[in-house]
Amino acid sequence: MEQRGEGQGAQAAAATRDIEQDERYQRLVTTRSRFGWRLTIVMLVIYFGYILLIAFEPHILARPLGSGVTSLGIPLGLGVIVAGILLTALYVRRANKIFDRDLDALRRDYGA
Amino acid sequence: MSRFPITRTALILLALGWPAIAAADALTGQTEQQAANWPAILMFSAFVLATLGITRWAAGRVRTASDFYTAGGGITGFQNGLAIAGDYMSAASFLGISAQIFADGYDGLIYSTGFLVGWPILLFLLAERLRNLGRYTFADVVSFRFAQTPVRLFAAFSTLAVVLFYLIAQMVGAGQLIKLLFGLPYTYAVLIVGALMTCYVLFGGMIATTWVQIIKAVMLLGCASFMAFAVLWNFGFSPEALFARAVEVKTGLAASAGATPADAATKGLSIMGPGGFIKDPLSAISFGMALMFGTAGLPHILMRFFTVPDAKEARKSVLWATGWIGYFYILTFIIGFGAITFVASNPDYLMPDGSLKGGGNMAAIHLASAIGGDIFLGIVSAVAFATILAVVAGLTLSGASAVSHDIYASIVKKGQANSADELKVSRYTVPVLAILAILLGIAFEKQNVAFMVSLAFALAASGNFPVLVMSLLWDGCTTRGVVVGGFVGVLLALVLTILSPAIWVAVLGHAEPVFPYSSPTIFSMPAAFLAIWLVSLADKSGRAAVDRAGYPAQRVRAETGIGAAGASDH
Repeated sequence: MEQRGEGQGAQAAAATRDIEQDERYQRLVTTRSRFGWRLTIVMLVIYFGYILLIAFEPHILARPLGSGVTSLGIPLGLGVIVAGILLTALYVRRANKIFDRDLDALRRDYGA
Repeated sequence: MSRFPITRTALILLALGWPAIAAADALTGQTEQQAANWPAILMFSAFVLATLGITRWAAGRVRTASDFYTAGGGITGFQNGLAIAGDYMSAASFLGISAQIFADGYDGLIYSTGFLVGWPILLFLLAERLRNLGRYTFADVVSFRFAQTPVRLFAAFSTLAVVLFYLIAQMVGAGQLIKLLFGLPYTYAVLIVGALMTCYVLFGGMIATTWVQIIKAVMLLGCASFMAFAVLWNFGFSPEALFARAVEVKTGLAASAGATPADAATKGLSIMGPGGFIKDPLSAISFGMALMFGTAGLPHILMRFFTVPDAKEARKSVLWATGWIGYFYILTFIIGFGAITFVASNPDYLMPDGSLKGGGNMAAIHLASAIGGDIFLGIVSAVAFATILAVVAGLTLSGASAVSHDIYASIVKKGQANSADELKVSRYTVPVLAILAILLGIAFEKQNVAFMVSLAFALAASGNFPVLVMSLLWDGCTTRGVVVGGFVGVLLALVLTILSPAIWVAVLGHAEPVFPYSSPTIFSMPAAFLAIWLVSLADKSGRAAVDRAGYPAQRVRAETGIGAAGASDH
């Protein structure tokens, strides 16, 4: 629960303004949210692409690969799962390496 | 198939393939009570004793509300990832998806993909911000800059609605499954689940619930890995050989059912491509949306992000969870095809009419017996039941926190409740929820449970998800906007579900559904976003000015965690 007194409120508002005007903060937030949205769009395109393929062109997925019975749908379906894991890993890797470093600097300066 | 193949398959899978548990028969009718399975009962007793031991250990550590709701924030990302995966990989995913593959082949994989892709979205848009803003419930996050009372009322309402529909389905499914696996009467089974889950939650809180979930996840992953390994080993680790044999078995079954050789070959090969899913594209998309975005709105899942100390651990827990869940779905795919080759043509596992003994959902259980004998069958049965208990405990905890934290501490006591009183209220709530769940479980025994689960998902995708996204990411959002929009989404999803074939036709007996699609999400979710946007834009109240002015501070804290209360506050 946030319970702030009047004076504390004003102080907090000033602190917020300071951080907001910090170029490093602006850069971090812009880069990170752009990265997050890009990955979100990639995931949506992959998943709904797959769903649309199932909804409208299922025979493409049923087509066998080579001479056996294994169909194209199997690597594609498993591929959606693997893509979800890889995109998650990609985000975590970049966040751990780059975003956290920038964030730690901010947190040090603004006393968190 | 019914007139709306997607409807039936989708709903059945929602009930089966998801943490909601229901044997196929449980959906439509009664499961047959089986003879007692002693290895299973012994294994299960061992699990119960071990988890009660953990609960006892945890009970000594639950002193504050923070311990109770979030394990004091002391869970690591890896542990939380396993616990989240445990919430997700239910007996139902295990039995339901493998049963779907056993019956129709490829279609099972379509559901697995839908179940997985919500996680990346949750990570990219919400997970870290949730951790930075919240303490105990997702309502902490939504109400951060808004008027407490209306927003928490909405959050408590939607949490209880989602949790209750989910719980009923779990209880009914659990009862059916126990009856099937252990030969116990339904009522006893429901009472046992209710009593055990009350113990875990009441005494052990989130600490015990998390550890029960972790143990169960490890056991389930171990069993599924062993089964998939054994199946592949039999085919020289060649998936092509496994698929070819499965097609051969299905072709043989079709031929012996009287199909011409050409038809039988087509039927056999049909398990390698999408089947019933394709009839109604709109339902397919709507259903996909419910799976993907509902995940990011389930209160018991969102609550798990407050059990870790900071945003970094929250992020790691999603990666671990996604990895384990994805791995698990790949295993169930192999297990399902393995069941076709080992079980479908083996008279030991079949009724005289060719259907599976104990019902369609028992494919993986029979496969366990085929590859590991009675002992392994017992282990797998016990693990299957353990997962239900763990999921039910997590749901109950989430419902109790909505009552004690959102309603009692934040609305009744205006945020001035002390931790001891808040804890007391949660502890009173748990038995009430358990009794409610037991009674509803008994009342709904003969009911089709699938729609309650699909409803829980649609509600979460249509209410909590839009409300979270808009309050976190849009500065113009106001109290009135999120409350109106949230209720619009939840109620629209509720009404459209009632008007859909699953209830309007199947339950209420009308000839034609008013709303012809299986999932309301494609309408109710955008409606919620639109309502939040329009109402916020039109909101010129004094409160709206305060709400908008609060955005910068919320954003700074959401993005950086500066000023965030450590979950560990004792």
